Formats: sequence, structure tokens, C-alpha cells
Amino acid sequence: MSLTLIVLLPFIGAVLPAIMIRAGRNACATATGSVTLLALILLMAKAPAVIAGEVFQVSYSWLPELGLNVTFFLDGLGLLFATLILGIGLLIIIYARFYLSKDDPMGRFYVFLLLFQGAMVGIVLSDNILLLLIFWELTSLSSFLLIGYWKHLPEGRQGARMALAVTGAGGLAMIAGMLILGDIVGSYDLTVIVQNAELIQASPMYVPALILILLGCFTKSAQFPFHFWLPHAMAAPTPVSAYLHSATMVKAGIFLMARMWPVLSGTPEWFYIVATAGLVTMVLGAWIAIFKHDLKGLLAYSTVSHLGLVTMLLGFGTPMAAVAGVFHIINHATFKAALFMTAGIVDHETGTRDIRRFGGLLNLMPIAGTIGIITAASMAGIIPFNGFISKEMMLEEAWHTMWFDQNWVVPLLATVGALFSVAYSFRFIFHVWLGKPRDENLPHHPHDPPFGMWAPPALLTVLVVLIGLFPATIAGPLVAATAGAVVGGELPEYHLSLWHGLTPALGMSVIAIIGGSLLLLRHGGLMSATANLSRPDAKAMFDCGIAKSVALSRLVSDNLHNGSLQRYLAIMVIGAIGIGLSGFYAQPDFQSGSRELLEVSPPAAIGWLLLVVTCVAAVFMHHNRLLTLLLVGVVGLIVSLGFIYLSAPDLALTQISVEVVTVILMLLALNILPKETPKESLPGRKMRDGIVSIAAGLGIGGVIWAIMTRDLPNTISSYHLANSKTEGGGTNVVNVILVDFRGFDTFGEIIVLGIAALSIFALIETVTKGDAAKRLASWVVELRRSPNRHPMMMVVATRVMLPLSLMVGVYIFLRGHNEPGGGFIAGLVVSVALIMQYMASGFGWAQNRMKVHYHGMIGLGVIAAAITGVAAWVAGLPFLTSGFTHVHLPIVGEFELASAMGFDLGVFLTVVGAVMLALAKLSQVERMAEHVDINAEPMDHDPSAPLVTPEKEA
Amino acid sequence: MEFLVASSIGLLTTCGTYLLLRGRTFPVVVGLALLSYAVNVFLFAMGRLTINMPPILREGVTEYTDPLPQALVLTAIVISFGMTALIVVLSIRAYLEIGNDHVDGRPVGEPSEAGDKN
Repeated sequence: MSLTLIVLLPFIGAVLPAIMIRAGRNACATATGSVTLLALILLMAKAPAVIAGEVFQVSYSWLPELGLNVTFFLDGLGLLFATLILGIGLLIIIYARFYLSKDDPMGRFYVFLLLFQGAMVGIVLSDNILLLLIFWELTSLSSFLLIGYWKHLPEGRQGARMALAVTGAGGLAMIAGMLILGDIVGSYDLTVIVQNAELIQASPMYVPALILILLGCFTKSAQFPFHFWLPHAMAAPTPVSAYLHSATMVKAGIFLMARMWPVLSGTPEWFYIVATAGLVTMVLGAWIAIFKHDLKGLLAYSTVSHLGLVTMLLGFGTPMAAVAGVFHIINHATFKAALFMTAGIVDHETGTRDIRRFGGLLNLMPIAGTIGIITAASMAGIIPFNGFISKEMMLEEAWHTMWFDQNWVVPLLATVGALFSVAYSFRFIFHVWLGKPRDENLPHHPHDPPFGMWAPPALLTVLVVLIGLFPATIAGPLVAATAGAVVGGELPEYHLSLWHGLTPALGMSVIAIIGGSLLLLRHGGLMSATANLSRPDAKAMFDCGIAKSVALSRLVSDNLHNGSLQRYLAIMVIGAIGIGLSGFYAQPDFQSGSRELLEVSPPAAIGWLLLVVTCVAAVFMHHNRLLTLLLVGVVGLIVSLGFIYLSAPDLALTQISVEVVTVILMLLALNILPKETPKESLPGRKMRDGIVSIAAGLGIGGVIWAIMTRDLPNTISSYHLANSKTEGGGTNVVNVILVDFRGFDTFGEIIVLGIAALSIFALIETVTKGDAAKRLASWVVELRRSPNRHPMMMVVATRVMLPLSLMVGVYIFLRGHNEPGGGFIAGLVVSVALIMQYMASGFGWAQNRMKVHYHGMIGLGVIAAAITGVAAWVAGLPFLTSGFTHVHLPIVGEFELASAMGFDLGVFLTVVGAVMLALAKLSQVERMAEHVDINAEPMDHDPSAPLVTPEKEA
Repeated sequence: MEFLVASSIGLLTTCGTYLLLRGRTFPVVVGLALLSYAVNVFLFAMGRLTINMPPILREGVTEYTDPLPQALVLTAIVISFGMTALIVVLSIRAYLEIGNDHVDGRPVGEPSEAGDKN
């Protein structure tokens, strides 16, 4: 349990700084620090048992179907890293309190820092690799936030983006690699995976998985050739550099290599990829570091170099090299974090980080200077500090390593790397702290920082010295526990101490120290000699790569997505035809089925002929829009007739009432739109569209022909037919399906309809502004208007019809459950009845009498349907389960009452509301265009008014 | 009969697609309406064609047509109306905003009023 708490504490605690910052910066830092301290105490409570060899494990199932469970475990390796993350994290929190200036939002900094901390602890304690990947990506994200913390600095933003792009891309590769690994083993639990080394290494997918996982590790740990992002991430505040880029995040890749060491290492592939990358990184990073004038830049490349060192040791694949690697992880974390903090102190106190301006700072800042000199000596590998011991172990291992059967390559390059390392470390010591001051006009007058700022690095320096003097006592148990966890078995005999006698490694060390010192003496000459060498600028290359990929994606999207609807539609239709054709050619045995066909009756033949004629006419005469509209109306009518002929009375009723509403709607639209379509398509375009459309028609027609000539397989429909009466309480199966069996579908559909109507409302409400309003105001009536706008005959007839048609609507609604009808059809019929009033008596007159808000009606309908559904919950049944009962009333007689009626009422209200809202809004545009006032009277002439003779009026 | 329905669906698709590919909004709306007919009848015909077998349960009748495609098509018809209404209003709004009814905002070869951005 407390294992979970260690991971969760930083996440939960991340809210604290955001709240506590109101109570001041000290309170904020204290709150943040206590979160980390608490987690560290919990961890330390387990440390003795872990060092003694125990492994703690805790597991909760999360998505067991995917193999994704929340499982944590704590072994030696996890303990080492968790201690580094929490321990150095605590020091960084203290340090940052004094480092950040008053203008920096401290609360936000600590929030990001704790999020990062939690993600890191999550990585090192995860047992499930999928969970590990989640934390892995979280570190990329939170480090992005931390690197870009000073968001006013362009370098900060660019550095953050580069870090995210590189580590994020590596993380994606790693996900793929991990999935392959999980697939080979059949489990996503690390503890299971590490026991299946033989299975994994024998798999043909071993090499791809290895490469993908290493991509993730190398990008995260800044290994060549992905090392370039780390120096740019140094734009971050120094506490971030010290924490993320020396002690923790960049070690995540190394952690994973160590974690996977038992299963992935030991093969030639592992050796040549990992050891070579490490070796190159170590030498290259150290070489570049020598020439960096920026204090943090020097440290950044030195970090790259040291990470390469550890990677190389892990790459050797021998248990002894793993011990050395683990030991160096500890040592590097201590001296490098302290060095970064020292660099931050120098930056803070002098106002610059340019090494060329320093010199003799030791006299001005004795405490910081001492810390800096000791830790830099450790970095150089000088006796008696801890860096010396692990460097000796590294050289010893390098001495025994063959590279492509050559015994001199690795020792030579390792010595060269150590030599460069000495050179830049001595440069840090001699050019910054010792010698004469080179620039008297530093931005600030330097002096030692406040206690809170030098205490954290001082503590680490004490560790550097103590581990150096008493390695076996201080670090021995932790190294043993960690290395044991890495190797996953017995460790070889080894002895951590300063003096091993006159070994080859000692000789290499002496060469490195002497050579490094000579190199530094010649530094000035070396600088000018290499100044004119052209070296690749990683940032320029990265930016160029990004710019190229942006240009490529823009090229693709601009061509596919050029803003032409005609092109989109053509691509879509041609694409669909292509997919259909590819299926057709895959199995080119297109055959009609053997189902018995229906006879063609004379009415059906006439209807078909009419359909063909109207369709073809609609295409050929589509320039005359009014005619096209009428032809489409005819098509709709034939389709409804077809439905009724083919045993679908409900569809026929729906289709015909929708047809009426649609034609009215299009007529209204056509009043505004141009009445003619200009003939502008070129013959070539017409030809292309014609071929495409005929292909589409042939395809669709062929498919449905093939379907209709085959028998219907047994579907769920038989269930619907059998249970419609008994379960749904209705004999109209179509309606029962709509309101009961598939009520949830219908519920969604009425919501869509409501949204469509509201979108129409929104589109028209805003038409009164901008260009549209100007065009409406200057709109000229094109067509001749009838002098009798509201003929008396029609007014009277529709008014007589209104109660009748409303009653028909109610009737259709009520009988819908058992006979053709229902909410959809009733809603359409009632809408048509209402629209007729508007048409006959004029919008204004009708609207004044219509006291219903159509928006409200849509909402009411959806709510009514929802309430019916929720009512089933009250009865303890699933959403939208309907019930029905038979009621006996004295005069009416027995009738059925189904809860589905409430649902159908909701459908009815939504349909009426949506249809009426759409049409009412459209007629509002018409009114604006026609420039006529709303008619208060239903008719042009009031029949009841006394006759007025023309003479009198004149 | 099946051939008539299949050929009607094919013809409706052809005419609908052709109009859909025109450059002005009104033919596109009409084309979409024709395509909706084609799609609705297509879905309906998935339940095979039958005559005089409406899915209304009656005493003593055991053979009914497939009710499920009918239920699906019924809502599809209403939804197509909602869609048609929306694009009709969209085309009106576009016409009022930009002063022409070309689907791409301007007839081919003519610069838009705001200046040619490409």
C-alpha cells in the first residue's frame, strides 16, 4: 500500500504549491518539500528490507483485458533511482526556493516539479510496462513544461519543443518495442518479462524490439546521435537542469536499459549498438564540452559524455560492467547535481555564465568555490573522490573489451574520453575559480549565496568525499542491491576501494590526467585552431528537418484540401468507387442470386418509367431550378408509392409528409437564391463527372441487385417480430422497434434533429449583421408577385382544415403503436397543417397566434423522451425499458397504455419543433428580403369591412 | 420487380452524384436529396422486397416483411430532412455573405472579393 502512496504522493501533493503560494514563498516551498520528504521517508522505511534482498510488490487490476494493471514493485534498482529522484528532488526544492526570483511564479514551478517527480517515481517503480510507458510519456510532458518555464524566453520555448519532439518520438518508438516484447512473452509485467530472456532472444522480433526500445532509451538519455536536445534544454532554470538533466530524467533511459538488461543484453546486437553508441557519446560529448563557453553548456555536454559512459558499461553486457555502471550512476548524480547547482549560484551571483569572463572567483565566493572544485575534481576522476573509483572501474572493464576482435579500440577511446573529461573539468576549476579575475565589470559583484542555496550542493559534496573515502561502507550495500537487481543473479567478486594496486586502469588514468592538463594548457591555441572548423549545428538541422516536414505536410494537405468543395466531393466519390472496384477485382465472380423474384405489375412498371424520366430530366434540365425542384418532388412521390407497394406503410407516410415539407423549404430558399444555374462546366468536366456518376450508379445498383437476389439470412428481425406484442405491447413492429427495441437510437436521432434545427436558427439569427444584411437590404424582387398575396379562398379553406388535420395528427400519433403511424409521422403531419396556416394567412398573422416557442418544444421533446427512459431506472430496469398496461375506462372501453407513448410524444414534439423552427427562421429571411411589413390581417381584403368605393378613397 | 428497384437505386445514385459534383449550391442540394432517396431505398431493400406483408401483427398471419430496415429508414428519412434543411440554409447564408452561390465561394477563374489569397 505504501508503495502506491510513494508514487501517488507527488501527484496528490502537486495541488499544494498552487494553493500554498498565496501564503507566501516560504510556505509554498515548505509544503512542496514536505510532500517529497514524506515520500522519501516512506521509501527509506522499506530500504533496509530491499537492501537485504526483499522485493515489495503491490497490484491493482485496471484494464486486465488489455494486460494493463496498476502494479508497482520495489527492488534494488527501483530503490536506487527512487532515492535519487526523491532525495535530490528535496535538495532541488530547497535550492529553487532561493534561486527563483520574486517575478517567477513559484507555485507553478513547484506544481510542474512535483508532477515530474511523480512521473519519474512511477517509471522506476512500475511493474507493468504499459503503466511504465504512461509515466514515461508523463515525464516528457512535464519536462516540456519545466524547460519552457521561462516562457518569455524564445530559447526556453524552442528548447522545450525540441526536447519534447525528440524524447516524445523516442517514447513512441519505445511503445512499439514494448508491445512487441509483451507480445512475445504474453505478459506485460516486467517481473515476468525479465525471466524470459531465452524466449525473447530466440524470437525473430528480438532485433526490432531491441532497436525500438533503444530508440526510446537513447533519445531520453541523450545518446549519440540524439544528444543534441540536451544542451538546448539548458535554457531551463538551473534547478530544472540540475534535477532533470543531470540526476533524473536523462537517467530514465539508462534505468530502462538496466531494467531490461537481463533480457536484452548479452547478444552481439546489444553489444555493438549500445556499447558503440555509449563510447561515441562519451568521447564526442567530452570533446564538445571542452569548447563550451557557457557554464551550463559545458556541464550539459559533460552530462552527455557521462551518460555515454554508463550506457557503454551497460552495453558491455558483463555483470562486472553493470556493477561499475550502477556505481557511476550514483556518483554522477551526486557530483553533477552539485555542479549544476554551483553553476546556478555563479549565474545568480555574477549575472553571467560566460566562462571567459570568470577567474579567481574562489576568493570572492569561498564556499561555492570549494564545492565547485571538489565536485569538478570528482568529475575529472581525481583521487580520492567518488568519480575516481567508478572511472577506474570503467577503464578496467574497457581494458578487457574486444571490439570487432580488436583489443585496442575500446581502451584507447575510453582513455581519450577520460582525457577530455579531465580537460573540461580542469577548465571548470582553473578558468572559473582559480587564477586572476579576467573581467572586473561583471553584472553583479559576486559573493557567497544564502545558506539555503549552498547547503544542498554542500550536502552532495560531503557525499562525494565520503563515498570516495569509504566506498564499500557508504555505497556498497546499495550498489550490491542495485547491481543484483540489474543482473538478476549472482554478482561476481568485486571490491569497492580507492586503491587496487598498479593496474592498467591506473595507468590509463594517469595518462588521462596528464594529457588532459596539457590539453587545457594549450586551450587557447586549440580554441583558435578549431574555431574555423565547420561543425554540424544540430539545432539548425533539427529546425530544417521540422521545416521540411511541415512543408511536405502542407504540400499534401494544400493539394488535397485546397478549399474546393467540388474537388473534395470528387475525391471522395472516386475514392469510394476505387474501394468498391478493388473489392470487385479481388473476387471477380459477380453473380445474381437464386432468390425467387417478384413479378412486375403494370403500376410498378409505370412508376419506374416515371422515375427514370423525371430523374434524367432533372439532370438534363437542372439549369432551370424551379423545374428541377418540381421533378425532385415527383421522384419523392414515386419513392413513397414504392414504399407502400412494397409493404412499408410507415415509410410511405413518412416520406410523403417529409416531401411536402422539403419542397416548401426549397421553394422558400429558391426565392432568395438565383433562379438559374449558369452553364459553366466545361465539356471535359461534364464528361469526367458523367463517367464517375455512372460508375457510382452501376456499383450501387449492382450491389443491391446481388443482395436482393439472395435470401435474407436469419437476423434479429425475427426476434423483433416475435416479441413486439408480448414485450413492447404493440403490433406495429416498426414503431415498437423505434420507441422500444432501438429506442436509444431514436433518442440520439431526435437530438440530432434538434441540433440541426438549432444550427439553422443560429445561422439565420446572425444574418442581420455584416455583408449578408447589406445584400438583404439591397435585394431586388426578381419574380412577379401575385397581387393577391393571401387569397380569401385559401385562408378560409386552411382554417376549416386546421382542426381536421390536427385531429388526423393526433389519431396517427395514438394509433402508431399498433397501426402505421407514430410520433415521427404525426409530427410531420401537424407541422404541415401549421405551415399551411402560415402560407395562407401570412407569417405575421399566424406567428402572432402561435404562442409556442419552437426551441422550447425541441427541448421539451428531448426531455420527455429522456424522462421516459429514466423512469425505467426508477423501476430498476435498464434505460428506456418500456412497460405497458391495459386500462379499462367506462365509455371508451379497454385500451392500452404503454410507457413508450411518452417516448413517442417526445419524438413528436421534437419533430414539430425542429420542422417549424427551420421553416419559421427561413421565412424570416424572406421577410427581410421582401421589405414588407408583417401582415396583421390574415387576408389582403377584410371581407367584413364596409365596402369603400374608389372615389371616396381618392 | 427487383430489377426495377435496383436500376432505380442505381439511376438515383448516378443522377444524385452528377448533380452533387456541380459547382453551384442549389444543384448540390438537389443532388444530395436524390442521393438520400437512393440510400434510403437501398437500406430498405436490404430487407428484401415483399408485397402485401406489412410488419403489422395480425391474428393468423405468420409471414411479415423485415421490419428492422424499415425502422432504420424511417428515422433516416427524417434525419435527411434535417440535413437538407441545414444545407439549404447554409447555402442561403453563403450566398448572402459572399454574393454568389458557387460552392467554392467564387466561380472558377474569378478572384474572390477579399482578394485572391492563394
